Amino acid sequence: MFSFVLNRIALLVPIFFGVTIVSFGFIRLLPGDPVVALAGERDMTPARHAEMMAKLGLDKPAWQQYFDYVWNLLHGDFGTSVLTNRPVLDEFLELFPATVELSVTAMLLAIVIGVPIGIFAAVKRGTIFDQGLMGLSLVGYSMPIFWWGLLLIILFGGIWGLTPVSGRISFLFDVETITGFLLIDSLLSTDDGAFASAVHHMILPTIVLGTIPLAIIARQTRSAMLEVLSEDYVRTARAKGLSPLRVYGLHALRNAMITVITVIGLQVGTLMAGAILTESIFSWPGIGKWIIFSVFSRDYYAVQGGLVLIAMIIMSVNLIVDLMYGLINPRIMHTSS
Amino acid sequence: MSKSTTDPIATAARKPSMLQQNLVEFWYYFSASKTAVIGLAFLVGIIFMAIFADFIAPHDPAAQYRDCLEQAPAWGADKCNFLFGTDYVGRDMLSRIIYGTRLSLVAGGIVVLLCLSLGIVCGLVAGYFRGWVDTVIMRIMDTIMSVPGLLMALVLVAILGPGLLNAMIAISITYLPHFVRLTRSSYITESSKEYVIASKVAGAGKFRIMFITILPNCMAPLIVQGTLIFSSGILDTAALGFLGMGAQPPTPEWGTLIAENRDLMLSAPWTVTFPGLAILLAVLAINLMGDGLRDALDPKMKRS
Repeated sequence: MFSFVLNRIALLVPIFFGVTIVSFGFIRLLPGDPVVALAGERDMTPARHAEMMAKLGLDKPAWQQYFDYVWNLLHGDFGTSVLTNRPVLDEFLELFPATVELSVTAMLLAIVIGVPIGIFAAVKRGTIFDQGLMGLSLVGYSMPIFWWGLLLIILFGGIWGLTPVSGRISFLFDVETITGFLLIDSLLSTDDGAFASAVHHMILPTIVLGTIPLAIIARQTRSAMLEVLSEDYVRTARAKGLSPLRVYGLHALRNAMITVITVIGLQVGTLMAGAILTESIFSWPGIGKWIIFSVFSRDYYAVQGGLVLIAMIIMSVNLIVDLMYGLINPRIMHTSS
Repeated sequence: MSKSTTDPIATAARKPSMLQQNLVEFWYYFSASKTAVIGLAFLVGIIFMAIFADFIAPHDPAAQYRDCLEQAPAWGADKCNFLFGTDYVGRDMLSRIIYGTRLSLVAGGIVVLLCLSLGIVCGLVAGYFRGWVDTVIMRIMDTIMSVPGLLMALVLVAILGPGLLNAMIAISITYLPHFVRLTRSSYITESSKEYVIASKVAGAGKFRIMFITILPNCMAPLIVQGTLIFSSGILDTAALGFLGMGAQPPTPEWGTLIAENRDLMLSAPWTVTFPGLAILLAVLAINLMGDGLRDALDPKMKRS
């Protein structure tokens, strides 16, 4: 077990350095004079230029710049935003809960709807239900989610006026930040209706962000179930006269879940990419919107820091999924260590 | 040994009929799925539309009809006859979408071509040389995969500068690891088989072994992956266009069309609805076809 965990962590080290090389290279490869690109000042005197070069550490040899950069990263210094003059890590941590909140609700939606759909389609294999549901899931999988978001805004926000179309909560409420997760904070606050408002604001972004994971989970659950349903123990369970609910829900699903959990874990990257689009459509104040804003306002240190932080988060989640997979299915642990 | 050396010769002699037989067999499995055939037919239709856009489009995509600004979809009317309506400067949405087909298909195609060519070379090199070459290539691919594709593409476009071509290059890089991994793993599986040993014994050089002996036997999963990336390439190009980092207005690229008309989405919803529908249908058709291809070409993969 221990060597399995160590083995998996050791695999991450080269990827971490790879990501740092990419993010370090990103700043160096930007077109134009790096000082102008990073500091955003024009028409500098040569003296000011040299001063900025020294301040940004650009006057040192490249290998030393890289070494300093990684050293700073390992000490929690992810650079300073040129725009706000605040540490990138602080900005990131401030906005991160909003993205996590949205991603978690989207994932829950995808699991709660996707897994039953997958099971149902597998049990009804080849029928019109199966074909219809799988057709729908392929449509979901092919959906340009930025368009899907706008379409929902037009329908629910514009024509029917049912839901708010931007932000996390109505401006009427001033909820004190305790956890950063607005659903929790608004429950804790004394303001009546704050929680309802927060939930109301989450509906559309959750649907939009959850659509692709939902489609993937439904399809994968179906194929995992199909595989399990042909196993002997399922046939035995059926022959024993167990109720379908017990056969499918207990015997089959438990074994199909191994595949499903892996698929769920692998969706973290999809969620982050989706968050960039979803958050910018719904003005959701999270990491995705912040990254896009930073790219557009040429706040390159923020982009660089965000890149490394997001990559680290995805690597950690993948590691956790890997370890969990090892726990659920001990065969994996023994073959790889 | 004699058996393994005569086999390839016998296969070579039967080659034309084998190819024909393979094609017939492929079509048999592919056409078993009606949805896959529908997807293929639709895709052929789109390609046709892209090639003959000049003849099919009712208007010039850049022509501005100043009397018909934000005109709702209408046909049969006396004035301002636009099937998909017009945008804020009175350009015909239908014609812009038809011309956009060209850009999206070309973008998807170039992404696939770049990924396939670079991915195959990197994968074969990694698989053939193994050792440190393999390690370096695979760690680079792991790095690319550890960053969400769209974020990686955004960062690359920030370096290269916004534009359709740069968006395609950036997207290709984000999908490259899939192809390298696939090529490498099928190369490694194939390279221990007898026909490879036979051709080594017969004195084939390393490039011959890599590209002529082994590569054709690794193609099936690569073609399937290529189809999937074709649709993802179209989606991502549109997403980058939507974010303002891909094709720039007034280019009628589908994602850019949506971004351009985003401010009008409540007053003139058709300007946003139709381009998105075009993206959805194109991607859906390719994915339907991809599913059929996977079932027909790659029996090892699960039928789902």
